Amino acid sequence: MTDTIAPYVRDGLTEVEGGSVGDFVALMKPRVMSLVIFTALVGIVVAPGPLHPALAAIALLAIAVGAGASGALNMWYDADIDARMQRTASRPIPKGRVTPEEAFSFGMVLSVGSVLTLGVLVNWVAGALLALTIAFYVVVYTMWLKRRTPQNIVIGGAAGAFPPMIGWAAVTGGVSLESIVMFAIIFMWTPPHFWALALFRSGDYARAGVPMLPVVAGERETRRQIVIYSALLVPLAVVPAVIGLGGITYGIASTVLGAMFLALALRLWRAEGEAEQIRVAKRLFAFSILYLFGLFAVLLVERVAAGLTG
Amino acid sequence: MGEHEDREAQRRKRMRSIAIALALGAMVLLFYIATLVRLGGNVLNRPM
Repeated sequence: MTDTIAPYVRDGLTEVEGGSVGDFVALMKPRVMSLVIFTALVGIVVAPGPLHPALAAIALLAIAVGAGASGALNMWYDADIDARMQRTASRPIPKGRVTPEEAFSFGMVLSVGSVLTLGVLVNWVAGALLALTIAFYVVVYTMWLKRRTPQNIVIGGAAGAFPPMIGWAAVTGGVSLESIVMFAIIFMWTPPHFWALALFRSGDYARAGVPMLPVVAGERETRRQIVIYSALLVPLAVVPAVIGLGGITYGIASTVLGAMFLALALRLWRAEGEAEQIRVAKRLFAFSILYLFGLFAVLLVERVAAGLTG
Repeated sequence: MGEHEDREAQRRKRMRSIAIALALGAMVLLFYIATLVRLGGNVLNRPM
């Protein structure tokens, strides 16, 4: 596995003529960014206190750019393994459309720019949290954990869990129980979400030498871990209704969606035969995205509706 | 590199330059708007 840790060499690149604007947009992982923007928006909207809409928009933009920056830095560092995985082989660096150096500069400029913008224009607690998020994703997850331990996405998941906390901090200037609960929900959601993906992409990860749980511990252990994390996630996701962050609608929605999540996780656990396991893993993966989106959407709608009526 | 590739590379470079210019312009506008919002009514409150 040691050869996978070797730094990416440019000799492997095809001729580079300079990437298009679209290639640089792709470096920012727009699909990951969209979930970051959405959860950060919810953090901003549900936080108590006034924040001028223009500053809220700037905060959201800075968080989005910060997320994009960490995506670019991740692609810079991971270009060697991206090239070996079917899912990521067409990314701009393995394709030879952007050089690793360009991606690194792009990511660094956007990182510094987004943190300074958020800090100077909104507040420094939010700015510091954004810097922590980028550092966590790039240094802790990408550089340190991803290639070393099957716990990579468990700990690394924290990076994806920060955005609503940053949004909350942009409004309140601090961290509180509510924002910690939103963080914890995404943190607990990440392992079953990624392990479901890893179950039907384990060949990809094995080829790249990434020690994802199915590769290292086998698919049976992965399915068991998915059930454990799902069982922790589902009750945790109801907590916002208990602490007053969400209302009765959220309480009902999180319970129903949670029951569906757990049912799918158990179905995956009991699934017999590889084809059936892959089919259920794909369903769980797709549903997990809908689940998280649904939870945060209900929080958002409840708060907007309360604002309109009250 | 053939003439076609050369033109294509130049076109991409030009598009990148335009994108950078637009991003920098947007950044300036962003800081201007944020300054006005943060100062609010105090913009007019200055000794003459």
